[in-house]
Amino acid sequence: MPAIPLAKAPQPSATDPAQIRNFCIIAHIDHGKSTLADRMLGITEVVEQRNMRAQYLDRMDIERERGITIKSQAVRLPWRSGIDGKEYILNMIDTPGHVDFTYEVSRSLAACEGAILLVDCAQGIEAQTLANLYLAMENNLTIIPVLNKIDLPAAQPEKFAEELAKLIGCKPEDCLRVSGKTGDGVVELLDQIVELIPAPVGDANAPARALIFDSVYDTYRGVVTYVRVVDGHLSTRDQIQMFSTGVRHEMLEVGVISPEPVVSKGLGVGEVGYVITGVKDVRQSRVGDTITTYNHPAQTALAGYKDPKPMVFSGLFPLDGADYPLLREALDKLQLNDAALVFEPESSAALGFGFRCGFLGLLHMEIVRERLEREAGLSLISTAPSVVYRVFRDDGKEMIVTNPSEFPDGKIARVDEPIVRATVLAPAEFIGTIMELCQERRGTLLGMDYLSEDRVEIRYTLPLAEIVFDFFDQLKSRTKGYASLDYEPIGEAEGDLVKVDILLQGEHVDAFSAIVHKDKAYAYGVMMTSKLRELIPRQQFEVPIQAAIGSRIIARESIRAIRKDVLAKCYGGDISRKRKLLEKQKEGKKRMKMVGRVEVPQEAFIAALTTDADADKAKKAK
Amino acid sequence: MSGAAPLSFYIHIPYCVKRCGYCDFNTYTPSELKDGGTLAEVSGDYIDLLLKEVEQAAREVPHALPVPTIFFGGGTPTLMEPADLGRVLNAIESSFGFAPDIEITIEANPDTVTLEKLQALRQIGINRISFGMQSAVPHVLHVLDRTHNPENVAKATNWAREAGFEHVSVDLIYGIPGESIADWQKSIDTALSLPIDHISAYALIVETGTKLANQVKRGEIVMPDDDETADKYLLADSAFRSAGFEWYELSNWARTGGQCRHNVAYWLGANWWGLGPGAHSHIDGKRWWNVKHPTAYRDRMIVGESPAQDSETLSAEEKESERIMLAIRMPAGIPLATLDSPAHDRLLPYVTSGALDESAWQAGSVVLTASGRLIADRIVREILL
Repeated sequence: MPAIPLAKAPQPSATDPAQIRNFCIIAHIDHGKSTLADRMLGITEVVEQRNMRAQYLDRMDIERERGITIKSQAVRLPWRSGIDGKEYILNMIDTPGHVDFTYEVSRSLAACEGAILLVDCAQGIEAQTLANLYLAMENNLTIIPVLNKIDLPAAQPEKFAEELAKLIGCKPEDCLRVSGKTGDGVVELLDQIVELIPAPVGDANAPARALIFDSVYDTYRGVVTYVRVVDGHLSTRDQIQMFSTGVRHEMLEVGVISPEPVVSKGLGVGEVGYVITGVKDVRQSRVGDTITTYNHPAQTALAGYKDPKPMVFSGLFPLDGADYPLLREALDKLQLNDAALVFEPESSAALGFGFRCGFLGLLHMEIVRERLEREAGLSLISTAPSVVYRVFRDDGKEMIVTNPSEFPDGKIARVDEPIVRATVLAPAEFIGTIMELCQERRGTLLGMDYLSEDRVEIRYTLPLAEIVFDFFDQLKSRTKGYASLDYEPIGEAEGDLVKVDILLQGEHVDAFSAIVHKDKAYAYGVMMTSKLRELIPRQQFEVPIQAAIGSRIIARESIRAIRKDVLAKCYGGDISRKRKLLEKQKEGKKRMKMVGRVEVPQEAFIAALTTDADADKAKKAK
Repeated sequence: MSGAAPLSFYIHIPYCVKRCGYCDFNTYTPSELKDGGTLAEVSGDYIDLLLKEVEQAAREVPHALPVPTIFFGGGTPTLMEPADLGRVLNAIESSFGFAPDIEITIEANPDTVTLEKLQALRQIGINRISFGMQSAVPHVLHVLDRTHNPENVAKATNWAREAGFEHVSVDLIYGIPGESIADWQKSIDTALSLPIDHISAYALIVETGTKLANQVKRGEIVMPDDDETADKYLLADSAFRSAGFEWYELSNWARTGGQCRHNVAYWLGANWWGLGPGAHSHIDGKRWWNVKHPTAYRDRMIVGESPAQDSETLSAEEKESERIMLAIRMPAGIPLATLDSPAHDRLLPYVTSGALDESAWQAGSVVLTASGRLIADRIVREILL
C-alpha cells in the first residue's frame, strides 16, 4: 500500500525538504475540489474510513451548505510514491475559490511550489479558475492539469483537455483524468504530484522566515495561524515577531494538521503547519505577513504583503432597534476571524442605529450578513451596496465617500470611482448578449479570445459600481447560467456621477440615496419612486414621492390620502375582537419608521432595498 | 357579579335555511347539524336549552334591574315558532322583570315572513323588526348569494306596520363586487321609500373562511376600490340625512326616536347577557362567550354546566381602549378632557384635514365628520397608540 502509517512517516520538524511537496488545488465551485480532497484523505489513510464525512475540510456550516471554501487549511499527507517507492510528505493547501478572496488565494499560492488545476470535464474552465490559474503561473508554480468527474455521462475530456492544454501550454494528453467520486486516477495523481512538483528550497541555517497564509480564530485556542516555513526553523518556546506590526509573541504551540491537529517540536524549511501564540484577534496575525524569531530576526520580509482593502460598503441595521448592542457584539466577534471586515457606527434617520461595513466584495458581504443572522440570531436590513468614491470639490478638497448620504451637496469638480478589469468566460453564442450587458454598464472592451471552438474569454474594464449592482445576476440570467465572471481592481477613473436623493413628503430618506451615472439617474428615480408608491400604505394626507439631483426633481409619484380605514360593524361579539385587533396593530405601529410625518412599514424599506434578483433568490430559498 | 344595573338580553338563533356566501355568523343549516336533518329535528329542544340559560343568568345576576332591551338575532330567528320565542320572553320577564318601555327587536328575512307571522310576533311582545334587505338590485343580491325578490321588502315592511310594529328597520350592504354607484343609489332610494324609521348600512367585509373570501382569493371576484366604497358611504349619508335620518352610529341612521336602544347599550358599555351558542355577554367589565357549536352548547346545558367557553376581565387600559373605540363611532364623540395633551396634538391635523368636526373640537369634543367616520379606526389608533 502506498499509504504510510502516521507514526512511521517522516516527522514534522525533522523532514528533509527533498521529501516535501507543497501544492494547492485551483478549481471552481462545484468542480469537485472538496470531493477530491476527501478522496486524498482516504487514500493516504490520514482519515479512517469510519470517520470520513463529506467535505471533511470545510468547517463552517456556510462552507458546507454553499459548497464553497471561505478559509483555507493545510493538510499533511504522508505518501509512498508508486514510482520510486520512497516516502514523501504532501502538504495540501486548500484555497478559497472566490474573486472576493483573491489576495488570500495569492498568499496560499505563494506557500506552494505547485498547483493542481482541477476542471470539471462536463463544464470546462470558469473565469475565476482562469484568474487563479494566471495567479499561479505568475507565482511560477508548476501546474498539473487535471480533468475531474470523468465518470459523468456528460464528460467531454477530449474537448476540455484541448482547452487546458492551450491555456497552460502543455499537450492534451498531459492532462490527468480522475474521478474524485469513484477514486479513479487519484493514486496516479498523488504520484504525479511527487514527480512533477519541485521540492521546497530554503536556507535551514538562516534566520527563520515563515509566510502566514491563513489565520483563524478559535474560541478555545485563540488565533490559529497557518504558516509555511521558508527559511530557518520555528520551535516551540521561540519568541516570534510579526514583520508588519513588530509585535512579539510567545509561541505556545506548533503543529501540523493531518487533518486533526498534531503537536510537533517545530517546523523546518519547506514545512507547512500551524502556530498558536495566544493572540485573540486575527488582525494581529495577518495573512501575507512574515513571522521571524525575536532573538535571530531576519532582515527582510517575504514579498507580497498587503493590507486587506474593503471594496464594497453597505449599512447593516437591526430590524429591531433594541438589537443594536447585539449587532455590535456580533460584528466584534466576527472581526476576530475576519481581518478584512471593517465597520463603524452609522445612524440613519430612516433605519435608526447600525453600522457602515466594508467588505472585500459581494460574496464577502453576503457571508458576513448570513453569519450575523445565523450565529447571532439577528434580523438585519442592509442598504444598497456602494463602492468607494473619491470626490474632488471645487475648493480643491478631496474626500472619500463610501456612503451616498455623505456625498457632498456643494460644487464638485470631479468624482473618481473604482474600475475593475473583468473577465467573462462563456459559450460563444452569448458573445452578443454579454457585450450588450457590458456596454449598458459603461464597459470598455479590452479584447476577446477563443478558448476553444465554442468558448470565449471576453475582457472588459467596468466601473466596480456597475458590477456591485446586480451585474452577476444579469450575466447569469442572460446567459442561462453558462457565463462565469472574474474581476480585479485596476485603479480609479473619473465618472460622470450624480447623487440621486429620494424624498418623501419633502424629507430625504437617506437609506434610498444612490450615486449613479448621470444617464441612469432618471431611470433610478423612476424605479425607486414607483416602487415606493406601491410599498408605502396610504396615509392621512397625500404623500409626494420625489427623486432629486440636488434641488432638481427628476421623477415624481404620489400616494393618495387614505379615505377608508374603518370596519363597518361593531356589535356585541365584535367588541373583544376589535380591541384585540387594535392591540395587534399597536405592535405593527412599533415596527413603523417615521419619515417626517409619513409612516413607513419596515417591510417597505426591506422590499425597496431589495433588488429583483435578491427577491427571486429569497423566494427560491423558501 | 353584582350587575346592579339594567340587564339587556341578546338571544341567538343559530339556524338558517341556507348560508349566504359573505356571511361568517355563527349559524348552521339543518343538514350541517344532522345529515338530512330538518329544522324541526335539529332545533326541537333548543328553546328548552335557552330557558336553562335564563335560569343560570338569574342565579348569576340576582341584582339586575328590569330588562330595557332584548334582541333576537341569528341566524334566522323568524325560522322559530313565535310561540316558542314567547316562552323565552316569558322566562326573562318572570326572572328579571321588563322595563315599562322595553324594546324587543327581531331580525327577519323579508322572504320568509307573512302578515300572520308578523302579527304573531307582535303578539308575544316584539315591537321592533329589522329586515335584511341588503340591496334593491338583483345582480348585486346574486353576488351576496341572497335569493330574495326585492319587491318582498316593500311587502314585508308594510305588513310589519300593519301588524303594529313601532319600529321598522332595514339593513343595507354596499361596496359589493359588481355594484355600480347607480345600483347603490337605487338601493338607497328604494329603502327611503319604505315605511321605516331606521337604516343600517354596512360596507361589505370579506370575512376569512367565507365562500366570498375564497372567490376573492381565487380571483373570481374582484373587490371594488376602497375610494369608490368611501364615495358610496358619503352618498348614503347625505341621502339619509336629507330624508330625515340622522347618523347615531357610524353605520346606523334613524329618524327621531327610531334608534335601536339595544345596540346603543353595546356601545355605551352597558350590561347584557347573550343566550345561545357563540353568544357574547358583558357584565361590569367582564366579557365571556359561549361555546360556538349548537351541539357543544346542548351538551353543556343538558348537564347544567355554564356554556361559557372563555372569559376576560377587562383591565383599566382595555376598558379605556373600548371606550375610545366605541364612543368615536357615535355623534357625541369623545370629550377632549378625557384625552391627554399628546393625543390632542396628534388629532389636530385631523381637524385641519376635515376628518374631525371643527366646531365640536372648539366645544371640547372629538366628533367625526362624514369623511372622518370613514377613517374612524385610524383615528382610534392615533389616540391610543
